[in-house]
Amino acid sequence: MTLALFFFYVFSIIAVASALMVIASRNPVHSVLFLILVFVNAAGLFMLAGAEFLALILIVVYVGAVAVLFLFVTMMLDVDFASLRQGMLQYAPVGVVVGVILLLELLLVGGSFVMAPQVSGASAVPIDHAVDNTRALGQVIYTRYVFLFQGAGAVLLVAMVGAIVLTLQHKANVKRQNIAHQTQRTRAEATELVKVKSGQGV
Amino acid sequence: MLDAAGIGLGHYLTVAAILFTLGVFGIFLNRKNIIIILMSVELILLAVNINFVAFSAQLGDLAGQVFALLILTVAAAEAAIGLAILVIFYRNRGTIAVEDVNQLKG
Repeated sequence: MTLALFFFYVFSIIAVASALMVIASRNPVHSVLFLILVFVNAAGLFMLAGAEFLALILIVVYVGAVAVLFLFVTMMLDVDFASLRQGMLQYAPVGVVVGVILLLELLLVGGSFVMAPQVSGASAVPIDHAVDNTRALGQVIYTRYVFLFQGAGAVLLVAMVGAIVLTLQHKANVKRQNIAHQTQRTRAEATELVKVKSGQGV
Repeated sequence: MLDAAGIGLGHYLTVAAILFTLGVFGIFLNRKNIIIILMSVELILLAVNINFVAFSAQLGDLAGQVFALLILTVAAAEAAIGLAILVIFYRNRGTIAVEDVNQLKG
């Protein structure tokens, strides 16, 4: 067993075990933490496959942003998670049936397909092992796949605007600064000269 | 190539298949808790990404990694929008149980 194969087994066993804990854990906060473990181990698998940039992006984007978002929402919502677990095993049998059938089908397809002999010569972007992974990706996403890259940016922009529009709330009785009103004030409406008689208050 | 290190394409496909199945099973198991359902969707997308990267390494084609990058983007956008909807739903109704989300029925 080579060292790479050993690490492959380590990463994949931990990833599968923690994926099981994501869906089976009682506490949703634990689920999010196990999800982070799945992502980190999947990053290890990506690294073993030679996709270093994607591995590190997986850690930055998923662990740094998505999982923290999940953690934030899970902790912010004051929900009785125990009541959400009632009747959990009611649909477990049909889930097991569907899952086992799905797994068998996937393994059947994965184990029995054959590559066509001409497929390796038909690469869209052949990997040049003299160029490191990040540089090779950068050379291709800004030229050949620039429209896809811009489209991904547009998707992120729409998602950001959508999330802000959805969650922004205007409360009626909150006082806010209105700069236009402030600068439009004239001296006549802002000040008043009051004659005060001596010995009396205003 | 993958085979140089003793790791075959089948290894990656098996791990991805197991992760995908666990994601689908999680949706069945936690059908009341929409946070866990969103996490299961993330697991499914991760399994798809593993498949893309494995085939990219096996066939020596960088396009698979570009596509995995795009899936990563869409998954992040989906999580952000899904959680935003979840937050405003909780703000309006005070619960996140999936079976309470039937207000549109006539």
